[in-house]
Amino acid sequence: MRSILIVLRKELRENLRDRRTFLSALLIGTVLMPLLVAMLVNLTVRRGQSQDNKPVTLSVVHGERAPNLIADLGQYRIEIKAVNLDDAAARRAVSGQQRRIVLAIPENYASQLAAGLPAPVLLYSDSSDAAAAADVGRVRAVLARHSSGIARLRLMARGVDPTVLSAIAIQDIDVATPTSRSVLILGTLTYMILLTMLMGGLHVTLDATAGERERGSLESLLTVPVRREQLIYGKILAASVFMLLSLTLTVCAMAVSLRFVGLENLGMNVNLNALTILQLIGCCAPLAPLGASLMTIVAAFTRSYREAQTYVGLVLLIPTLPLIFASTLGLRPTLWLMMVPSLSQHFMVTGLLRAEPVSVLFAGLSVTVSLALGGIAAFAAGRLYHREALLG
Amino acid sequence: MIEARQLKKRFGAVTAVQDVSLTALDGRITGLLGPNGAGKSTTLRMLYTVLRPDGGEAFIDGISVTERSLEARRRMGVLPHGAGVYPHLTARENITYFGELHGLSREDCEVRATELIGLLDMADFADRQAKGYSQGERLKTALARALVHAPQNILLDEPTNGLDVRAVRTLRALLLKLKATGRCILFSSHVMQEVGVLCDEVVVIADGRVVAAGTPEELRERAGTADLEEAFVRFLEPAASHS
Repeated sequence: MRSILIVLRKELRENLRDRRTFLSALLIGTVLMPLLVAMLVNLTVRRGQSQDNKPVTLSVVHGERAPNLIADLGQYRIEIKAVNLDDAAARRAVSGQQRRIVLAIPENYASQLAAGLPAPVLLYSDSSDAAAAADVGRVRAVLARHSSGIARLRLMARGVDPTVLSAIAIQDIDVATPTSRSVLILGTLTYMILLTMLMGGLHVTLDATAGERERGSLESLLTVPVRREQLIYGKILAASVFMLLSLTLTVCAMAVSLRFVGLENLGMNVNLNALTILQLIGCCAPLAPLGASLMTIVAAFTRSYREAQTYVGLVLLIPTLPLIFASTLGLRPTLWLMMVPSLSQHFMVTGLLRAEPVSVLFAGLSVTVSLALGGIAAFAAGRLYHREALLG
Repeated sequence: MIEARQLKKRFGAVTAVQDVSLTALDGRITGLLGPNGAGKSTTLRMLYTVLRPDGGEAFIDGISVTERSLEARRRMGVLPHGAGVYPHLTARENITYFGELHGLSREDCEVRATELIGLLDMADFADRQAKGYSQGERLKTALARALVHAPQNILLDEPTNGLDVRAVRTLRALLLKLKATGRCILFSSHVMQEVGVLCDEVVVIADGRVVAAGTPEELRERAGTADLEEAFVRFLEPAASHS
């Protein structure tokens, strides 16, 4: 045990002086990631708001031929812009993206209307332009409402109850709450947290394994009267400490930056107070020893720092896999899924951010299984460092 | 005292060491001499327990390196080939780290480190981080690290490689000083002159076998030449025609 602590202390001391550790553990976690997340969230929030509130601009050709229709459009926050385009020019303007939507009123509109016949209007839009789709929908809806309004008046004038037009009454009941719509963002958040945590220990692990071998200090180290696995446990522990440091900084920095963004816009009334921050750290931390051990195992098979860097980068992808499954399959936490490292952390982080109660059983299961797997991986790493090929 | 009995080591199809037996006594400097690829490093690595022999046995002060390797390691100070140091630690910290791993208390480590820094003339760089060290400074640090626990047996693999004359002389003086205190010193080299100047005993190996052993005088006599280098070459010839 004493040897493990000696190794741990030395690795901490050495790495705190190393600029690369500083960059990977501290800078990325504190500054870059929260910034990225804040931008992402901000963008999503803004987009959601703009779609509902921003007035739609509609270019109208010969609006004077249908004054009632134009007035109706104006009432539904559709800004009318009078333009003078013929058919070909209107097509060009829309396909060339100078105008999003063009509404043209033909000459015979008024006469058809007066005769009680379908009055033509031309609506130019580009269905391949996804950004315009919502605007086109709104214009179309107003046109349909105007049309059925006139139809009702005509029926009433002929002494017919206009309700005959409504054979089916559709009531839309949208169960999507703002919170569940933000699942994607929450998934991204979890991934960012886990990723920065693992990255915090990346350099320490590589330096303590592949780096030590490359520099030629490993062979000397193996001649001290300490069992090899203890040396490895010390190094894994040191990497875990840096991961926890990185995790803590990341979660704190994210809490601060998310507060500026205003999560209530996403319907997440989560109070990112000290307790929540502690809980977030507490549920992610058990993944650290597993990550550090896996990186150590991978580094054991490589010959140089650079080679190790390449392969260990793959370890960083492992936590994404469960998250991808979770979002594509719409997984919900179950007893079995809470035994999957990274996935269980995802469930807990998501739950905490949505201010949902986290089951003690599930949390306990996640912590226990993650730590146990970390222990097994550390043991395996210790065994691997008995290989003679290690010296190269 | 270091004893090797019929050590054997294979790496896949290549047999690096076929049959090496040697004895290095306390109070003497023993040189392991041989051309590149003769099996010197592999022999030393088996002795200092980072490789496990495929055959034969070795003892450090009578302790088996395979059965009681931790105890054997306690009695050895090792300078592996091309030993590196920790770049973000100072020389002093490099030394105390190994001292602690050898079970010394932190105070003892500090005392020993200061002692070795004086002995190896390291004072002007001992408290600077090791990343800017010259090769000589790195070697001194690695050597001091190997000696921190005052081991009875000292094993050095090609210690003079890449050193300038001054550093070689410092090293030589240190080895003689250690010999005077009754330590057992075993070092490998492919430079004949160096071995001739320093060693009380020489073990010549080629192709993984011992081809000659004895004092430098005995070797000169047996080869029938006054020139040690010539003697070395003559010992290697039968081995070379063998293979």
